[in-house]
Parts: sequence; structure tokens; C-alpha cells
Amino acid sequence: MRLVVVGNGMAGSRLVTEVRARDPHLTVTVVGAETCQPYNRVLLSNVLAGSARPEQVRLLDPTWYAAHRVEAIFGSAVTCLDRDARAVVTEDGRRVPYDVLVLATGSDAIVPPIPGVERAIPFRTLDDCERILESAGGSRRAVVIGGGLLGVEAARGLAGRGLPVTLLHLAGHLMERQLDMEAGEVLGETLAGLGVDIRTGVNAEAVLPDGVRLAGGELVEGDLVVLACGVRPVTGLAAEAGLEVRRGIVVDDEMRTDDPSIFAIGECAEHDGTVYGLVAPAWEQAGVAADVITGGKALYRGSRMVTRLKARSVELAAMGETQLTEEHAEVVRFSHRARGTYRKLVIRDGRLVGAIVLGESDAVGTLTQLFDRGGPVPGDRAGLLFPGLSATAHVADSPTLMPDAAKVCQCNNVTKGQIRACWEAGARDVAGIAAATRATTGCGTCRDAVEGIVGWLCEQEGVSA
Amino acid sequence: MELPVLTHCPYCALQCGMAITPEAAVTPRTDIPANAGGALCQKGWTAGELLTNGERLTGPLLHGRPVTWEVALDHVAGRLSRIRAEHGPDAVAVFGGGGLTNEKAYQLGKFARVALGTSQIDYNGRFCMSSAAAASTRAFGMDRGMPFPITDLAEADVVLLAGGNVAETMPPFVRHLAGPRLIVVDPRRTATAKLAWLHLQPTPGTDLALALGLLHLVVAEGLADEEYIAARTTGFDEVRTSLASWWPERVERVTGVPVARMRQAVRAMAAAGRAIVLTGRGAEQHAKGTDTVTAFINLALALGLPGTPGSGYGCVTGQGNGQGGREHGQKADQLPGYRKIDDPAAREHVAKVWGVHPDDLPGPGRSAYELLDALGTPAGPRALLLFGSNPVVSAPRSAHVSDRLGALDLLVVCDVVMSETAAMAEVVFPVTQWAEETGTMTNLEGRVLLRRKAVEPPAGVRSDLEVIRELAARLGHTWPSDPRVVFDELREASAGGLADYAGITYERIEADKGVFWPCPSPDHPGTPRPFLDRFATPDGRARFTPVEHRPAAEEIDEDYPVYLTTGRVLAHYQSGAQTRRIAPLAEAVAEPFVELHPDLAEELRIDAGDMVRVSSRRGQTQGAARISDAIRRDTVFMPFHWEGANRLTNPALDPTSRMPEFKVCAVKVERVA
Repeated sequence: MRLVVVGNGMAGSRLVTEVRARDPHLTVTVVGAETCQPYNRVLLSNVLAGSARPEQVRLLDPTWYAAHRVEAIFGSAVTCLDRDARAVVTEDGRRVPYDVLVLATGSDAIVPPIPGVERAIPFRTLDDCERILESAGGSRRAVVIGGGLLGVEAARGLAGRGLPVTLLHLAGHLMERQLDMEAGEVLGETLAGLGVDIRTGVNAEAVLPDGVRLAGGELVEGDLVVLACGVRPVTGLAAEAGLEVRRGIVVDDEMRTDDPSIFAIGECAEHDGTVYGLVAPAWEQAGVAADVITGGKALYRGSRMVTRLKARSVELAAMGETQLTEEHAEVVRFSHRARGTYRKLVIRDGRLVGAIVLGESDAVGTLTQLFDRGGPVPGDRAGLLFPGLSATAHVADSPTLMPDAAKVCQCNNVTKGQIRACWEAGARDVAGIAAATRATTGCGTCRDAVEGIVGWLCEQEGVSA
Repeated sequence: MELPVLTHCPYCALQCGMAITPEAAVTPRTDIPANAGGALCQKGWTAGELLTNGERLTGPLLHGRPVTWEVALDHVAGRLSRIRAEHGPDAVAVFGGGGLTNEKAYQLGKFARVALGTSQIDYNGRFCMSSAAAASTRAFGMDRGMPFPITDLAEADVVLLAGGNVAETMPPFVRHLAGPRLIVVDPRRTATAKLAWLHLQPTPGTDLALALGLLHLVVAEGLADEEYIAARTTGFDEVRTSLASWWPERVERVTGVPVARMRQAVRAMAAAGRAIVLTGRGAEQHAKGTDTVTAFINLALALGLPGTPGSGYGCVTGQGNGQGGREHGQKADQLPGYRKIDDPAAREHVAKVWGVHPDDLPGPGRSAYELLDALGTPAGPRALLLFGSNPVVSAPRSAHVSDRLGALDLLVVCDVVMSETAAMAEVVFPVTQWAEETGTMTNLEGRVLLRRKAVEPPAGVRSDLEVIRELAARLGHTWPSDPRVVFDELREASAGGLADYAGITYERIEADKGVFWPCPSPDHPGTPRPFLDRFATPDGRARFTPVEHRPAAEEIDEDYPVYLTTGRVLAHYQSGAQTRRIAPLAEAVAEPFVELHPDLAEELRIDAGDMVRVSSRRGQTQGAARISDAIRRDTVFMPFHWEGANRLTNPALDPTSRMPEFKVCAVKVERVA
């Protein structure tokens, strides 16, 4: 059987490695339009911010393909899908026959049709990233158009390089798809503190050499303009070949299109009405398709979406239905805007269906897992928002408050009562207590506590005498 | 009055120095680095009671009835000969233990391969150290648990301990951690985690992902020691590429450990002048344990730690002779001196010492669980000789293991007390223990120590070495049982191997308070830090190996919605055969318990002290509920010192080390009505 994969981005490369891990013999060809090795798009924000070098985002070594007997055709876009002949044709005229085809064509950056937009650089690929960085070197001020996840990460990254940045956003608050209004505002305030000027509710009308003109005529100055206006699934090949395409290429639970020999995964695919723009679903889909192609029975049932902002000094996680209000769900919320903290739980039928954690918090790990697994939410909601808050009261360290039954020395199982008895029998220092009870002779960490108890008992005696 | 005898503790791999009077009173020694300052835990302090305990076996038993040694030995030798004659040498199997002295471990391996001619020998250390051993060998070409003296820990600036609870398992170890910033990785806030500067609390079974995330951050933040990587390692490029798939936010989702905490850990480690990475069973006892340890070793290598003075990677060996026990041939794939049984040169060397032809040595046999699983099956062994182990309590899927033991034609157990496994045996040989005999132990540092005889054994008891000698004699071999003579033969057999003991003598150990292997000749000083100049790989460089995280062999689902992880409590040791019989220890923790989070307890309507039933796909057991927020909401913990917890555990094996997945499986938890 001959497998051909169109697209060598995060979904396509993942599929290839997953297939190879399951079946060492299948003939595999991957055709990619980009000339470079597959890289991790999620990490491009880190490259932009300077916390990763371009070579650090590479997902596969160049030698991987030969070592795993995968034929790789890079820098060559597929221009035609010939379903009758079961072959794809590349722009340089190469015909590649397939028995099974996987479309992993991803998506393209949306470039708004405004005058001068060619002066702006979209933020989508590694090449884009390198172009932005090149320009940033000689720029005095940057403007980022689009305040979604990627726009926020780009703005933060550029600001972190010392460049003054203005972030323009059409909607009333940042990341409105993931955040409620207050969270969006708190995020904006946090970013403002990091040198990003936030302008929401504004419409970019034209890109000029010295900035961006807003509807209404105001000029936002900047000699580097970055576009982060969202993405659009790349579905042309599939549509021209007559496959069912809505917003994305329509697939079933096996990630199969309406042509049983053709699969689609990643950002170009539409499953159960949803086109996913995150990597976790793309990788889940790659796993399912790889399993099905190699004879397995995996099914894709949709993904839970967790958005995690990658921007230095801005901790943000958002998941699920964050916008629901008390009318439709139980909402637990904590806001401390002066500290950049906002936390929200959305609970329905006893399950966590949405959450926002803004500002550093140990809650994020637990909440993400609770959301992913769909398990019951514990009755103690505050404990979820504030880990450690509900911690059972620890035995008071104060020797006065400690009950006699409290274990002071774990290693030798010695209680305060035993130490007291020992003291009453005449031991007046730690050495004496240790000799009689063995307290402090194990790990040694209770030494201070024993000293405290002895000191307190001596003091008591002094008082009563 | 007779002076107390200077020796070492009967329990864990720390092998604390202690002195014992002829009346079996214990006092700590102050001259042994492991427990410098005279530390001992409650197990150590009360160890003397092992020697005076009334439950001691004092005469051989045949079908549960007392018989003379001659009758018992003749019976066993006769049965073994017949089974071998009828079914071939592999029909007889041997199972050893990580608590046996080096001399016993060595002699047991020789007994299996020469006297019985069987390939079927393995030991309970497979359940302890095999993943760390495999990973260390893969990376460094050699597995010496901690390749540095324990005293290096106190000098370190940061110590990261993944999956170890030393405050309970070996309390005096904690004294060495008073100096450094301690980072603990554990799904529970254990006694050790409570002492930590930073506690990372991952989902059970995700330590590997966490290690990848930490390493990703090291690289992303430019904290890798490029100079060291270039000079002392190979394979980093491939590992670096593999890390691109494990960015911290993805790791956070898999492990539940916040990115900010990972970053904190990595920055502290990178800023440290001296840093040490340690792993324990929590990271190792998984079906991906070898890869998990490899990931932590990769982290240590990227930071330039191994083979750098004051820094390094080490595993915290558990059983008393967990280190020596894995070096001298009671492992299925191994010959003395940490030699590989399928290496022709190794076979030739050892065969010569043993006076046999190399072709007569059997090849590798089944690993511990595979061996137990095969007992009494048509293709498996029909007889088992068991020394220093109690698999009815300690093996995974233990009810099944009991069934297999029950299906044997012959089970022979050597033990000090009537353990749960001994109770199933056709023949039980009562043997001497620790302070009643002399022998060497190699502690967690790789320091060879001498445990000396301090008291006279009860009448009617013989040493394991004497049992082996008598059985060997009945099978036509004349072998010594004096430990010193056996040790001299071990030295010769280990000479030239990785774990080279050739230059170590009882006198040197006494004079130097222990000798670090490798020590190839009498004038060699021993090797406290073996990797300073080069690693034990062919090119002298440490090897990076790319590894991938994957889920636990059994993940939680609707039917079994809670993770179970198992572990130890301070008062007990291993299967509890010793400690459960000591009154103060039995009193400290009298029965198994189930630790669960208050939120889970609320959901399941369980109150503190309620009897709780825990079930997995393999069996069920019960314990009293202990409610504690020190454990994750999705996890329950049970100690495994009692028969029960291991009925639940999953025998899914690591493909390299053959380690079973003790540390994570899916269970259902209910209040017993």
C-alpha cells in the first residue's frame, strides 16, 4: 500500500511519524510546499520573543526521512488531485500515485483587503517570523493588527525585545473567542504594564509607510506592521477534486473524507462542524488517522480546547465555554485586577465546562485536567481556584498548642507526650530526649521542634517555680 | 563484657552503620558516612528485635512438618534431580533477592547455572532497580547507582529527586539534604516533599513528560551546557529535535504541573554551581521506567552534571544490597562483575573461574515477572527455589502469582520467618539472618561494606550459603560456604568486569570503612566518582537517547476512574515479613490504609477510618481510609507492605528493563457497606 501525505506541517509530519511507529513497511511519501523541515508552529511566538532559536522548533531531523524510509518531496506544492487516477500532481509536474491519501494542508493567514496591506507581514510561518525579526531590527515602533491569541503573543514578544508596540483589535476586548470581557480587560492591563499599548474596538483601514490608519482617520504610528487576523483552512485542492468542503474538508470519525481513500487532518479538516485551530486536536486527529490507515479501529470524538498563552510574564489559560453566565451555569469568579489576577470556573451539571486562569497560579494544571477528563467538580470550589487554601490545618508548630498525641519525630514515632514524660523524668536538653526516646536521631528535621518543646517546658517550670 | 560488633543495618540500601552487642542491642555508629552523626530510623533502632523475635523459624519443614536438615536436603535434592531428569534443566528455577549479601547473590547465580544448569534465575531486584540500571547503562555504559559519595549531596546547591520518599524509606538520607535546595517530583506531598523547596506534583505515570518539559525549558531558555555537551556527550541533536514536541504548556496539560513551577525548577538547577538529579522507584517502576530515567539523565546531561565534581545523576537504590545484588549474577541476563551472559568473552572468563566449559553455561532466562507468570505452566519451570524474597506480597498481580506458585510441583523457600510465600512451600529451610552471619553489601553509593556476625544464630538454623553448599554437594559439586572464601571467588569472577571487586578484601573494607568499586587490584584506591575523566562507554562519552512520553499501560476510565499508586511507610520494609513482626513497628502502622483526597472522599462519601474497597481489573483489597490533601484528587495511595495492594497492580512490563508498572494503575474505590 502506498500512502501519500500532502502537507508537512504539524499535522502532516505527526501523521507520518505516527504511521511509521505503527507500520515500518508501508510506502510513505510526503509532499510539502514549504522548503524547510517540519517545525512546531506553537513555538514561533518564542522565536519572535527571542526565547527560542529557529533551529529549536524543528520537529524532525533532516536525516529522519531517509532513516525511516519516507520519501520526502519539499518545496513543491500539490496543484492537482486526480481522484480517478489516484494520484496527486505537484507544481513542477510530478505525479505521485497513492492508495491512501492524507490531506494536511493546514490553513493560511487571513490578509485583510485594505490598502497598503502588502507593507504588513503576516505572522504565520517560520519564514514570516524571520521576516518580522529582520524588520524589527531596524524599527522604532511596531503595530500588531489582531488581538487574538497569536496577536497577543506577537505583541508581547516584540515588546519584550524592547520595541514599543501598539496592538489593534476590532472587538471590544482581547481574545474575545477565549475570554470574557473582564478577563480580556485584565489581560490588556497586564500587557500595558509590559509595554504594549492596547487599542480595542478599532478598525484598521489602511497600512501606510509610517503606520496604520484607523477608521476615523487616526494614524497609529509604526514602521513595522504585523498581521494576526486569523487563519483560513486551505481547502482548494479538495474542493476542486469534488470532495465535500464546508468551512473545512468534511471528515467522519475516522478522519475520512467522503472519498474513502482520502483522509484530512489538522486545520484544513472539519469534524462534526468544527474546524480546530490548535495543535492538540491536530495531533489527536493524526493519531486516529494513522491508526485507521494501519488497520486500527481508533475513532475521533472531537477535542476539548485549551488555550494557553505563551508570553513571558503573562500566565493565561482559557478552556471551554468561558462566556456562560449565571443564567446557564454555575460561575465561580475571583478578580484582583490590581495584581493582574482573574480566575473563573464555569460549571454545568457538576462538570467543569469552562475556565479562565489569568495570572500565575498552581490551579492551572488541576483545572486543565479536570476539564479534559470531564470528571465531577469537587464541592470545594474555592479550593480549586486557590490550591492549598483548604489544606487541612497542620499540627501547630507552637509547642504550647500542640496536643500531646501529636507526633514530633516521625522517624522514631515519638509524640509530644512522650517528650514531656521524658522531660518530667529529668531530661533537660535535646541530647537527653534523644537518648531516652530516639527523637531527632532519624532524618533530624524535628530537632527544632524538640528544642522548642524542651524550651517551653523549662520556661513553664520557671514560671511555676 | 564483650565489645559490640561493628556492622550495618539489616534493611535499606543506605546500610547505616550500627554496633550490636551479643544481647542484640543496637547503637548507631558515627563513622559511616551514610548515617554520619549516629542517625538511625525506628526500623534501625529496633532491628535487634529481629534477632530475638519469637516467630523465628528454627528447623526445616517438609509439608509443614518439622524434619531434620538431612531429610529436608535429601528430599529437595532428590526432587530436583528427578524434575531435571524428566523435564530438563530449565524446569527448575531460582528466585533471589536484593537483600542477599554479595556472596549469596554470587553463589546463587553459580548454583543455578552450574549445579542446576538452568537459565531460569532472576530476583526481586527486577522489581526495584532494573529501570534505573538499564537507563544508566544506556547513558553511561555502567550502572553504579550513585556514582559519587553520598556526602556530595550536602555540598550541592540543588538536588532534584524524582519519585523518591527518602524521609520515610531511609530517613538518615535526609540529613544529607539539609544544605541544597530540594526539588521533589511526586504525585503525593510526601514527608520528603514537605521538606522540599519546590514540589512538582504530576499525575501518576507522567514523570517522563515532565522530564521532557524540563529539558525543553533548559534548551529554550539557553541554559544547556553546550561546552560540556560538545566535549563529553553524543546524540544531543536528536534529543534536541525530539523536545520540540514537548513544549511546557503541552507538558502542563499532560502532567498537571504548572509551567511556572517547571520554569522555577529549571532555573534553579541551571543557576546552581553544583546540582544533582536523583530518581527513585516512583519514576522507575513503570512500563516506561527506563525511558523515564533516560529523560532525567538527559536533563542532567544537558545541564552538564554527570561526571562533573560535586554534581551528577544517581538512582536511590532501595533494597539493602540492591546494588551488589544486581552485579553478581542472580539476574537472568547477567554473570558476575556486571557481565552480560550473552557476551562470549564474559562467558569464557566466568566459565574458567567456575571450572566449566563456556558452552555449558545457559543463556539468558526469563525476567522476574515472566518467570513467576510461567511457573507451573506447560512451558515453564516446575520447581522453584526461593531465597530472600516474598513475591506473594511483593509481586504485581499477586493473586495470580500465588496461583502460579501453587501450580508448581515443588516450591522450596529459604527464609528467617514464615513469610506468606514460605507458608506455601513444600520445603522451608530456616536460615540465618544479617547479624548472625558475615558478608558484604554494596550500598546505594556503590561502596562495598562488611556486615559482620554479631550474635550466635539459633540452634537448628543454617546460612543460605550452607544450604546452597549442601544442595550443590548432593548434585555433585564441592563448594565452600565460608563467606570469605566465596567472596574471594567472587573477586576473581568479577575481575575485569564493570563491577570489578578484584582488589577488595574484608580487611580493606574494615580498614577503609568501605571500598568503592571498581577496584581492580589490591593497590587500587577504589573509585568514588567513576565518571570524572570518562564514561564507561566505548568512546568515553555519555550517550543522549531520545525518548517519547506515552500514557500509562492502564489509564483511568469510567469503570476504574481513579489512579492507584503504591509505596512505603517509614515503619515497614518491603513485604513487611520482618517489620510486621516487630512490636513497635507493627504498632506504628498496624494495617494497610488507603490515602485519598478530601474532595474524592466527599464524592465517594467516605469518612476517615471507613473501610474502603479498592478494585482493579486484577483483583481487590481493603484498607482503612486516611483522608489527606497531600495526595492528588485523582489518585489514591496504598502501602504495599501487606498482602493486598499488589493484587491490584499491573504487570505490564517495560520493554527494556522488564520492570512491572507498580506505580500506576486504574482502580475503583468504594466504601465497604
